[in-house]
Amino acid sequence: MNIKDIEGLAELARIDLSQAEKESLLKDLDSILGYVKQIEEVEVVPDVGRPELGRPTSGTSVNVWREDVAGARDFSRELIINQFPDKQDGFLKVKKIL
Amino acid sequence: MINLTGLTIKKAHEAIKSGEYTCRELTQAYLDQIEKKNKELNVYLEVFGDALAQADEADKKFKSGTAVLLTGIPFAIKDNILIEGKKVSAASKMLENYIASYDATVIKKLKSEGAVFLGRVNLDEFAMGGSTENSAFGPTRNPHDPRRVAGGTSGGSTAAVAADMALVALGSDTGGSVREPASFCGIVGLKPTYGRVSRYGLMAMGSSLDCIGSAAKNTEDAEIVFRSIAGHDDLDSTSLEDTKENPINKKLTIGVPWDFINKEGVNPEVKKNFMASVEKLKAGGYEVKDISIQNIDLVLAIYYIIMPAEVSTNLARLDGVRYGLHQDGKNLMEDYFFSRGKGFGPETRRRVLLGTYVLSAGYYDAYYSKAQTARTFLKKEFEKAFKNIDLILTPTAPMPAWKVGEKSDPLSVYLADIFTVTANIVGIPAISVPSGFMEMEGKSLPLGIQFMAPHGGEDLLFEIGKKFEQIAL
Repeated sequence: MNIKDIEGLAELARIDLSQAEKESLLKDLDSILGYVKQIEEVEVVPDVGRPELGRPTSGTSVNVWREDVAGARDFSRELIINQFPDKQDGFLKVKKIL
Repeated sequence: MINLTGLTIKKAHEAIKSGEYTCRELTQAYLDQIEKKNKELNVYLEVFGDALAQADEADKKFKSGTAVLLTGIPFAIKDNILIEGKKVSAASKMLENYIASYDATVIKKLKSEGAVFLGRVNLDEFAMGGSTENSAFGPTRNPHDPRRVAGGTSGGSTAAVAADMALVALGSDTGGSVREPASFCGIVGLKPTYGRVSRYGLMAMGSSLDCIGSAAKNTEDAEIVFRSIAGHDDLDSTSLEDTKENPINKKLTIGVPWDFINKEGVNPEVKKNFMASVEKLKAGGYEVKDISIQNIDLVLAIYYIIMPAEVSTNLARLDGVRYGLHQDGKNLMEDYFFSRGKGFGPETRRRVLLGTYVLSAGYYDAYYSKAQTARTFLKKEFEKAFKNIDLILTPTAPMPAWKVGEKSDPLSVYLADIFTVTANIVGIPAISVPSGFMEMEGKSLPLGIQFMAPHGGEDLLFEIGKKFEQIAL
């Protein structure tokens, strides 16, 4: 890994970093990746099957579906709108995208 | 004066019922302790102004005869669990002034029983760390030695209970975040089976790992809180269907993965304490077997791939657009960069970047996909192991509480999770119970041991936890 890689990741993750932070992150990530590299040693046993993505842990957990109908939720609309950084007529206001 | 030391949920309930004191007086007694100790220990980020009013409501329930076991019981709530209308910061500058717009399911359940919420307590930012040193609002100190950390990430929850600043507390556990601080603070910490307690209203960190658990003075209290907050919830799509309690009518067999424990760098005093605990269990009539689980030593590597991957996606929602910290830039893209750059602390950035890396096209197969396969493999290994034993026993953490500022290298903090992450990776329940103390620099530092049970096996944990409390005396 080098400083360019850190810059690329920060770009993807949308995080503004100072030069000093980039350098210290490079050192940390190198050491952490050095440790997690052990994963390469894992012997993939033929009967292990596909990773159970979406139902990662519990033996009894399965995909949960429901009808696509709106149900009652007790969100406080007022509390949500009050926390918008910028708003107009009850709508969230953002900078122009194009 | 109410004697808070040695007070349990049942004792408090009986005392209120018999008129020895009121819910208001009990709440006031805890508020007095908070007033006295919070400056030094930094446990509460906010004490709720309506705590006494909540207690008055609880007193009404006692008067009208509708009180249940948790009515009037003072709770500390980890500051990543939503209570409608209250601030919930995740100990981050990003959400410093954020106000929850709904109740978490666990909060709704506790409210319906009339529990009293004293306030919100400290954690590592977004529940990432092992000591609360990653909190944007300063570390929580260990009540047994304030020079040391309380553990983390639920260090505020466990320190609150250990220092009589709450009778019980809610925490969250993604890789040991209730159990490790419980062992550092000398109390009981429970991580339930994944999916048995609703995650609705818990700020998501590692969604396939997160569990809400209880921090309590003893196993009985941890069990009472668990039974109250557990249960299927339509609002959490990974919530499990309810199952019946299983009465235990056989002698329990305990497996100890000695090769794993011996391989890891366990503090010699911790190991001595662990071996003494094993002897006590044997003397208490339990059969203790040496077991071996293939690839268990890879568990921390699996965890530190899957968890940051989930963190990097979960925290993508914090962009300064709809809520939380907003930093203005020239355009929308700069708003994102500045808000996230300013809002996230160092450990959060580290994990977001690490997660972005392991999920990136060039490394996905080498890291994330491999870790998922290894996770499935390990889950099957545990299923195999539980065919021959009922419980698995390890130390909770390989060391006692460290000094604030002592560990500057992130990897050295990650290694503290070596024994606890397994339960999250395979989704099983686990409990940390106090196993005594070790002497260090003139202070007695608490230690803990951890029992793990098969999926849905909380009853086994409560059974062994209560027995161990008796035989450990």
